Amino acid sequence: MASRAPFYILVSLLFFAGLALTLHRHIAFDIPWFPGEQRQTWSIEAKVDFEARGEPVTARLAIPNTQPGFTQLNQQTASPGYGLAFVDRKGGTYAEWSIREATGNQSLYYKVDMLLDPYAIPAEQEPVANVKPNVEKEPYASAAQMILDRATERSSSNYTLARELIHEFNNQQQTAELLAQLKPKTIWIAQLLQEAGVPARRIHALYLEDGRRRQSLIEYIQVFDGEDYEVFNPETGVQGQAENMLLWQYHSGPVLEVVGATNAQVTFSMISQEQPFNIALNQKFADNEWLNFSLYTLPLEEQAIFKGILLIPVGVLIVVLMRILVGIKTSGTFMPVLIAMAFIQTSLMTGLIGFLLIVGVGLMIRSYLSYLNLLLVARISAVIIMVIGMIAIFSIVAYKFGLTEGMKITFFPMIILAWTIERMSILWEEEGAKEVMIQGGGSLLVAILAYLAMNLDWVRHLTFNFMGIQLILMALTLVAGSYTGYRLLELKRFKPLTKLDKQ
Amino acid sequence: MSEPAEKKLNWFQTMRERYAHPSALSKIGVLGMNRRNVSYISRYNPRHLFPLVDDKLQTKELALEAGVKVPDLIGVISEQHSVKDLAGILQRCSSGFCIKPAHGSGGKGILVITRQSEEGYRKSNGQFANIGDLERHVSNILAGLFSLGGRADVAIIEDLIHFDDCFSGFSYEGVPDTRVIVFRGFPVMAMMRLSTAASNGKANLHQGAVGVGLDIGDGHALRAVQFDKPILLHPDTGLNMMTLNVPHWEEVLNLAVSCYEMSGLGYLGTDIVLDRFKGPMLLELNARPGLTIQIANGKGLLPRLRQIEGLSHKKRMSVEDRVAYAREHFTDHR
Repeated sequence: MASRAPFYILVSLLFFAGLALTLHRHIAFDIPWFPGEQRQTWSIEAKVDFEARGEPVTARLAIPNTQPGFTQLNQQTASPGYGLAFVDRKGGTYAEWSIREATGNQSLYYKVDMLLDPYAIPAEQEPVANVKPNVEKEPYASAAQMILDRATERSSSNYTLARELIHEFNNQQQTAELLAQLKPKTIWIAQLLQEAGVPARRIHALYLEDGRRRQSLIEYIQVFDGEDYEVFNPETGVQGQAENMLLWQYHSGPVLEVVGATNAQVTFSMISQEQPFNIALNQKFADNEWLNFSLYTLPLEEQAIFKGILLIPVGVLIVVLMRILVGIKTSGTFMPVLIAMAFIQTSLMTGLIGFLLIVGVGLMIRSYLSYLNLLLVARISAVIIMVIGMIAIFSIVAYKFGLTEGMKITFFPMIILAWTIERMSILWEEEGAKEVMIQGGGSLLVAILAYLAMNLDWVRHLTFNFMGIQLILMALTLVAGSYTGYRLLELKRFKPLTKLDKQ
Repeated sequence: MSEPAEKKLNWFQTMRERYAHPSALSKIGVLGMNRRNVSYISRYNPRHLFPLVDDKLQTKELALEAGVKVPDLIGVISEQHSVKDLAGILQRCSSGFCIKPAHGSGGKGILVITRQSEEGYRKSNGQFANIGDLERHVSNILAGLFSLGGRADVAIIEDLIHFDDCFSGFSYEGVPDTRVIVFRGFPVMAMMRLSTAASNGKANLHQGAVGVGLDIGDGHALRAVQFDKPILLHPDTGLNMMTLNVPHWEEVLNLAVSCYEMSGLGYLGTDIVLDRFKGPMLLELNARPGLTIQIANGKGLLPRLRQIEGLSHKKRMSVEDRVAYAREHFTDHR
């Protein structure tokens, strides 16, 4: 006999590949093992207020994107009468409202849901544009130069330079006050860093605290070192980004621009929500072009189809186990799986009653067809038409009696039902009613078991979220296929042999 | 506290009474369905040879070429439009005949007519059928009603077997046939299948036919079972089954063994009937022989199969040598 080694290597390869894929998805994409786990999302609302003077108004608000720590889910706006567009300008995304004529106090709302997500896949950061060094007039130029020189002396890298620069501004109060007369401190810091050849810019961040209203953005300094960046608090020089700090605007443009109105300001309010992870993931992947081997990238309808398809291997494995390990006879090898799929649509009791009703009545009518002496294909076709007729009649009758459950009968696969009826009928004629009961009962038993397995939330969750599970199922099926031990029912069948031995 | 525990124990006890422990079965060497499929059928029976035995017409042609005796072929109907020729074909044979599907399995669709007369065609159960009934049966066969997977089939009409008188009383209505399992050319186990009233005259064990284990050494009865349970007397005729002894035993074994050469299948079930005039004849071959033969014999197949597997392949043994080897080693008498 050929060596079984390649077979076992294949099986273990499949098994461990499946396991590795599954673990990878769990660890890398944070997909939980159990369904119903929650993820935190933040709903943040920006309110833009301004006073319009009866002129055309254009309001442009910088809006956040997916960034390290946060994944943007969905966004909406409320701004009656205004035209709205999301535009990409200067490396940042803006919500742009426009109106031909407006007067008085105007309020525009923009709401975004951000998923707290350590695995966020941020869009590429816009690098800091190399701006021409501003030539400042004296005495500001030499004052600034002095601060920069002091900081440069005490620093060794981009990040330490930024930190020391902030410290110098804090230490040299008089110089700082002098410079602040010309422009704000954060602009100075960013400008001086740029002069020193360090890519840096002012950014605007928001502290997320549940239930806060009328919050405003806080300025930070973003300093780059190659691909990486760090965020510095311009007041304290503290480096790093807190978990609840959302970067609202991180490009070189303004946060809010309003043309044609005065007293423009933006305020923020926010709430934190718990969402089931799958809704969160759905939204996360919904408009993500990133090549990701996940079913969440599919449209919702296709996702629903795949949810069903990916369950079939579970049902098939149940059939394999019941036939190979237990030895249950079923009519039609995988008919139970299809029946189980129908049960999932109809719910178990409705499905069971519907199935028995259709097959029972079908058998009665089929017994008449036997007398007609028809050719096989024509007979099966007749049975199919008959099944469709029965389904229609049962649906109508159920509806008339107000049993909407009865309508679900249409979920049964009609061709399969027709073949089941045909097989059962032949079985009845040849082997008698007992064999029909054995095989029919066996099929239903396996179908119910498959249904119970496939209907477990946990199983649905695993098969849908972890493609690796399919490889594991494959490995199990292969192992079952090479099982040469006794079946459970054979232990009963061959019992007389053991008694004989003892006599 | 004791009641649920006792109940549990009872349940466990019942399980132990009804089900054998796997190790007990493997000690006797009982061959299970999974092992039969994986270790014997798929290993010793090349897939491309299956059509030879699944199609009774091909088996018959093969047997005629190899000089193995088979019942005479009266005619074949392979098209729906030639069904009306049935009456003409039937006139070629004087007395009884049987109509069977070429791809039938488990004895399905076999119609035995013992006599044709003015009244019509007398079936084995004594009822009469007319030519219309026979034509319908043939067209059912052609439509694939009895074949595996419902494929279109052909109907074979062959001469009735005049079964040997030595079996009268042992079989109710139907034809008793002898199943010999031939493994790599060695007869390893044999059983006779006798129809009963419960099996409707059919020799199918799961339908209630009696299986009688036969000693490979001389063809005498070892044990009889019906529905997998041991019995001593025939349920219909009351004859003691232990008095059964198959005549021409050596010829039966030789015939069975020569089917190995003819078919090329390593694990083969041969169904042989004893004709009063022509002696042992091959009825059909089975590439997936069932396992009930073990219950009828009260023995497991595995020890014998392993013994054959353990034989050296180098020396080729003739049919007679192999039969002699089996008769010497696989017998209770010694």
